[in-house]
Amino acid sequence: MVIEKYKGMSIKHVKRVDLIFEKVSCRDILVKIMKMTPDEICQELLESDLKGRGGAGFPTGLKWRYTAQEKDPVKYVVCNADEGEPGTFKDREILEQVAEKVLCGMATAAMAIGAKMGYIYLRGEYKFLIPKLNEKLMQFHQTMDEFNLNFRIQVRLGSGAYICGEESALFESIEGKRGEPRNKPPYPTTSGLFGKPTVINNVETLVYSVMIMKYGAAHFKELGTKDSRGSKVFSISGDTPKAGIYELELGMSVFEFVQEFGDGDTKAVQVGGASGFCVPRKKFEETIIGFEGVPTGGSMKLFNSTRSMYNVLHNYLDFFSEESCGQCTPCRVGCQQLLKGVESVKRGDKTSRYLDELVKLAKTMKRASKCGLGQSVGNAFGSIVENFKEEIIY
Amino acid sequence: MEMIIENELVKELANKHGRNRESLIPILQDLVVQNRFLSRQDMVDVARELDMSAAGVFGTATFYSFLDTEPRGKYVIRICKTISCTMKGKNEILSTIEEILKVNLGETTPDRKFSLLETNCIGWCHKAPAILINDTPYTELTRSKVTEILREYIKNGDRKI
Repeated sequence: MVIEKYKGMSIKHVKRVDLIFEKVSCRDILVKIMKMTPDEICQELLESDLKGRGGAGFPTGLKWRYTAQEKDPVKYVVCNADEGEPGTFKDREILEQVAEKVLCGMATAAMAIGAKMGYIYLRGEYKFLIPKLNEKLMQFHQTMDEFNLNFRIQVRLGSGAYICGEESALFESIEGKRGEPRNKPPYPTTSGLFGKPTVINNVETLVYSVMIMKYGAAHFKELGTKDSRGSKVFSISGDTPKAGIYELELGMSVFEFVQEFGDGDTKAVQVGGASGFCVPRKKFEETIIGFEGVPTGGSMKLFNSTRSMYNVLHNYLDFFSEESCGQCTPCRVGCQQLLKGVESVKRGDKTSRYLDELVKLAKTMKRASKCGLGQSVGNAFGSIVENFKEEIIY
Repeated sequence: MEMIIENELVKELANKHGRNRESLIPILQDLVVQNRFLSRQDMVDVARELDMSAAGVFGTATFYSFLDTEPRGKYVIRICKTISCTMKGKNEILSTIEEILKVNLGETTPDRKFSLLETNCIGWCHKAPAILINDTPYTELTRSKVTEILREYIKNGDRKI
């Protein structure tokens, strides 16, 4: 399915795939899955090598199998629809166009692990999706009754906190608390929502699980590379004539990507949003977009030569300073100090050597922060400072 | 003895969402929809209704940027300030809104109709710049487009444009 606006647009340098938005009969897929044992469902997913599409890339089949092995009679399936990474907007489109496939994915996970209850945690910014989503949920619950499947889904809304996309912060938020990440271990597979074994997957991951059940692991594995199987939905924005949502085969280089989506003047691509990596022009050819190179939850931002990378970095640091939950010191203080630090270097209050100190601070944050937020601030910081040092200083 | 005045809305929302800890955020979210913000009294009443500490309610509410604890206008405009929107002219949109409503960022109009706030990425980077007015996104904004949208709100409220 091609999104209306991009119909007829030619794609030459990358391979377009149509799994996520393909219209399928979820009833037929559910009938097929109901004939499988929980172990067979997990096995099929494991064989597909599907890795989580939210960004972290944990093997989905393993997640489901670990949770399936837990003995607790109460388990949960949670759909992480708290899409907040700057530059990511694919989950909104997936929920708008094919929400029934997301629900079907949750039912599949529920059958695999033995859960009776599921939650969708939808970011508050996407509240406008609720009426349509509720309609689809009603139909879904009717189908569950018809098939004698004891599984119900509730929707919970976020309220404008980026950190709630972190899985344990998301659980805290559903439980009615501040969205502060928990210590790990224990992992959600043993102690997740309400302390129960929980499978939590990104919106896109759930839809791929459904498509793997439909077409089989072998079909999915034909796409992509050894480390990054299959395809991925990319959210493309910035200096590009073709901004939008594209499902592409994994394994392309940044060079191929830029040939396709660049404006002819691309100087850098930020892969993976504010928490991702900045790839400069000289590294386009050698950098693969995927788990063997730079991983991404889908966010791809292109910057051309008119853009100041200082402004880009400043924007990201401002973002993190606001969105850090404040619970652990390395992240709370670190984000603020990085922001203040680049400002004083820019003003000339500090010498350029001070940037080396800040890079060290970012490395400490990576080691000492409690969750992925603080741990990944250094990705953008390090890669932008390293590759565009002169733009930060002058 | 202290007189406790029943807060009908809080009671009604607790009846709807339940009185467990996990009912707290849905109750607070609905209160914000009704009143545009959480007053101290409302938070104390929610605490009483859910049998938890008022500090616990306050601590939870202040964690979330959409759970306003300051009075806001009927229409809360949140303008995205993350990089894609900034690159595509967010500042121009911001100054246009400031001129039309005669308020600065963070302020509410004297008639309590509009509040103007900034927010982080709202997921419309490919159609930047973007804003939310309450729950409704408006995208690919230009000076003239946002002027038209605001005129409509000033005239007719949130009737779909």
